[in-house]
Amino acid sequence: MSWIDIGAIEDIPLRGARLVKTPVGCVALFRTGENEVFAASDRCPHKGGPLSEGIVYGRAVTCPLHNWVFDLETGRAQGADEGSIPTYPLRIEDGRLLIDGEAVGRRAAA
Amino acid sequence: MTKKLVVIGAGMASGRMLEHLFEGAPGAWDVTLFNAEPRGNYNRLMLSPVLSGEKTYAEIVTHDDDWYAAHDVTCRFGERVVEIDRARKVVTGEKGEVVYDKLVVATGSDPFMIPLPGHDLKGVIPYRDLEDTERMMRLSETPGAKAVVIGGGLLGLEAAAGMAAHGVDVTVVHLMGHLMERQLDEAAGYLLRRALVEKGITVRCAANSKEILGENGHVKALLLDDGTELPCDLLVMAVGIRPSVALAKFAGLAVGRGVHVDDRMVTSDPDVLALGECVEHDGAVFGLVAPLYDQAKVLAETLTGGDAAFRPKEVATKLKVTGCDLFSAGDFAEGEGREDIVFRDPARGVYKRLVLEGPRLIGAVMYGDTADGAWFHGLIKDREDVSEMRETLIFGPAFQGGAQADPMAAVAALPADAEICGCNGVCKGRIVEAVEGGATTIEDVRAVTKASGSCGTCTGLVEQVMALSLGDDFVMPTAKPICGCTDLTHEDVRRLIKAQELKSQPAVWQELGWSTPNGCHVCRPAVNYYLLADWPLEYQDDPQSRFVNERNHANIQKDGTYSVVPRMWGGLTNARELRAIADAADKYGVPTVKVTGGQRIDLLGVRKEDLPAMWADLNRAGLVSGHAYSKGLRTVKTCVGREHCRFGTQDSTGVGVRLEKRLWGAWTPHKVKLGVSGCPRNCAEATCKDVGIVCVDSGFAIGVGGAAGMDLKEIQPLVKVATEGEAEEWSVAFVQLYREHARYLDRPYKWIAKVGMGWVREALSNPDERAALVARFDLSQTIYQKDPWAERAEPAQARRFRPLADLTLEAAE
Ligand SMILES: Cc1cc2nc3c(=O)[nH]c(=O)nc-3n(C[C@H](O)[C@H](O)[C@H](O)COP(=O)(O)OP(=O)(O)OC[C@H]3O[C@@H](n4cnc5c(N)ncnc54)[C@H](O)[C@@H]3O)c2cc1C
Ligand code: SF4
Ligand code: FES
Repeated sequence: MSWIDIGAIEDIPLRGARLVKTPVGCVALFRTGENEVFAASDRCPHKGGPLSEGIVYGRAVTCPLHNWVFDLETGRAQGADEGSIPTYPLRIEDGRLLIDGEAVGRRAAA
Repeated sequence: MTKKLVVIGAGMASGRMLEHLFEGAPGAWDVTLFNAEPRGNYNRLMLSPVLSGEKTYAEIVTHDDDWYAAHDVTCRFGERVVEIDRARKVVTGEKGEVVYDKLVVATGSDPFMIPLPGHDLKGVIPYRDLEDTERMMRLSETPGAKAVVIGGGLLGLEAAAGMAAHGVDVTVVHLMGHLMERQLDEAAGYLLRRALVEKGITVRCAANSKEILGENGHVKALLLDDGTELPCDLLVMAVGIRPSVALAKFAGLAVGRGVHVDDRMVTSDPDVLALGECVEHDGAVFGLVAPLYDQAKVLAETLTGGDAAFRPKEVATKLKVTGCDLFSAGDFAEGEGREDIVFRDPARGVYKRLVLEGPRLIGAVMYGDTADGAWFHGLIKDREDVSEMRETLIFGPAFQGGAQADPMAAVAALPADAEICGCNGVCKGRIVEAVEGGATTIEDVRAVTKASGSCGTCTGLVEQVMALSLGDDFVMPTAKPICGCTDLTHEDVRRLIKAQELKSQPAVWQELGWSTPNGCHVCRPAVNYYLLADWPLEYQDDPQSRFVNERNHANIQKDGTYSVVPRMWGGLTNARELRAIADAADKYGVPTVKVTGGQRIDLLGVRKEDLPAMWADLNRAGLVSGHAYSKGLRTVKTCVGREHCRFGTQDSTGVGVRLEKRLWGAWTPHKVKLGVSGCPRNCAEATCKDVGIVCVDSGFAIGVGGAAGMDLKEIQPLVKVATEGEAEEWSVAFVQLYREHARYLDRPYKWIAKVGMGWVREALSNPDERAALVARFDLSQTIYQKDPWAERAEPAQARRFRPLADLTLEAAE
């Protein structure tokens, strides 16, 4: 794994989300708690809704377009809907957010 | 032959270590003990009970002179060690040198002082030792003394509660959104805050300190960055600790955040050992005593030739403030595959949350009833498989089966004087009396008390009160709850927010017994609206509880771009505005420009990252948000009226502009559209609006509850008035009545169908009531009538519209 610093946890509002552009597409960072952030694809598998614009609660997000709900830990759609989004390893260290560069398709900048 | 052991620091960790050492190898060591504090070891944890007056210093001394004498310890108290010379194996104290065979560094930690301007003023202190404690205790000798504590963690709150117990006026200033955020989640933080407020402590969360103000070299006040000044005679900083490593570092020992030690508590020098808060073990540093006691045992073993190894364990936290019963253990954040179990009992002020990972319990937060804390802590530490008892786990070890979270707990918890029926001012006690007096049906209760007899939205609550009083004799009609997080309906929640004066989302979740930690996409926007509508001054709007369009102040389109609609008051515009709109369309490459049904211009296909800059450009031309995306006032559509049209009876355009200027910016349960037509020919199509005004020779005919969406509804007449001023007053009062009573996402026509047009007319026909509604509306507008575009075009806010990082760029460094 190669950890890349992408910003501070305070840059994401509590129960909000921000985007990171990566070679594998837009990755959304969801802040589900004071010190808890998940990284997952921003693209809803239903019709491409931007998940970073959804409402975040518990450890889930609801797509803003048609209300599919995704579990942010597994990436799986909940309830009757079928589908899932890729999730990416993320670490929080001293308030900084580190994403696994390899998982999002970027070789470590030496 | 006895060997020479020198110990630097007579604290909690080294004290325990010496006990083990003397027990395991009596007489083997000749010990010299340095301590910077002018005393031996006492129980630092118990400083808080000393501060609050529950204990005396004498009671918390752990090792007295006799003990040191009995073990032949050379005590050099009040003497700081200034140097370690590892080559000569000599330690230099302020009063001279001592040689050692083995050295133990146990210097604890230093309180962190934020380097705010003024932090070196007199009267600015940390909370670490007996001197600090005594300084705080002396404060209460000054009548009317005030103190500010920066930091709402364990230490800060114990300091605050201790001083408050002596009658000092204390304010706690905390940077984060809720207290003790590292140990507690929001719900428990809310209960804790409530308990502290009841003790007379002022709590300010999400507050950023800017500067400490002084007078003659002594602290006078704390200045927050929002400009608030908090006067104080003493300022206690309790924002964290840093391992005290200066001495070790200077001696050339390996030091990271703390002094590096291995599993046997040996530093990078085999003759120097270390323990306590000053060490770093396997990347971790320490702040609670439990692991330090384990270290003490290991270090004593190491000195006596054994080979014990230190293994960190999950720690648990309790706050030592009388009346604030909280417990937190393990991890309730970060990680994969987790599940929450939440239990709330509003009546007893109890909150419990367990975090499970697969078959194991990994975290527990409890407030109000912490009796099972030790049991949960044990399950966490031992990593026990709890899948068998998962269903009943939250009820603790004593659970025998049968208990269920009570859906009526929130209503049961209400005091007798809580107002259930707002229209007729009927409180819970009155309904209970009616039931005791023989009423068995809702009609009976209505006949005796009038409760639920007017708008009827409190019917569900009245029924719950009856059910509680009648027991099994009353069959509750099942009403549809807001969502899976609660058993209460929208109407119940609205009513209870008022009756119980709930002013934050965590307050609602706790007091109304939500079954989830923080709601869901269905209830959060509704609760956010109810709170801001009822408590405009106290509650702060939460953008994270809004749907995307309201959060971004633009309408998201199906391809993820946005549409931007500037406000045009009453549909009026001019050449300058049109030019600015055209320029913006060019500059941001807007593919589609369309005139809307509400007489506005819509710029479609704008990229999210362009929104703030585009808004700033439009703002410069005097254009503000048209709120085409909000559950709020959308448009006032007008015709040209008397000024230009030969049929016009009144200045319909002017009235429309006036109404729009008064109403814009207000949030409502659903969108609100108005229309003003200059004569009954109705060119502004006012008769299918939420509020429609049709001008006639004698004045203005106002109707409400029209719609032209999925349902087509004609307005119902509300009143006829003579003047423009009255037309405005009635319209504003109607909108406020709707804001205060309707359920979230009900358009006015739906709401009117529920409460009845007769009730609406009656409520508004009372001039005092009308004036009061208008006053409440205007008060709310002092907060909410702000251009959201201007606020978000500010650089600090605008950043949020861009990606946090771009990893597609090569060499991002
Ligand atoms: C008010 C308060 C309440 C607390 N409540 C709890 C609680 O409820 N639960 C819990 O688990 N923990 C609590 N703690 C934390 C706990 O007290 C510490 O974890 C523990 O005291 C650390 O022990 P230590 O031996 O490492 O350091 P300390 O107990 O701080 O001892 C270090 C000693 O070394 C001395 N020293 C430092 N440098 C030198 C030098 N150069 N020369 C000579 N002497 C030196 C210092 O004067 C000090 O006396 C509390 C702390 C405070 C202040
Ligand atoms: S509604 Fe009446 S006053 Fe207004 S434009 Fe039409 S005809 Fe003229
Ligand atoms: S695009 Fe996400 S639910 Fe339809």
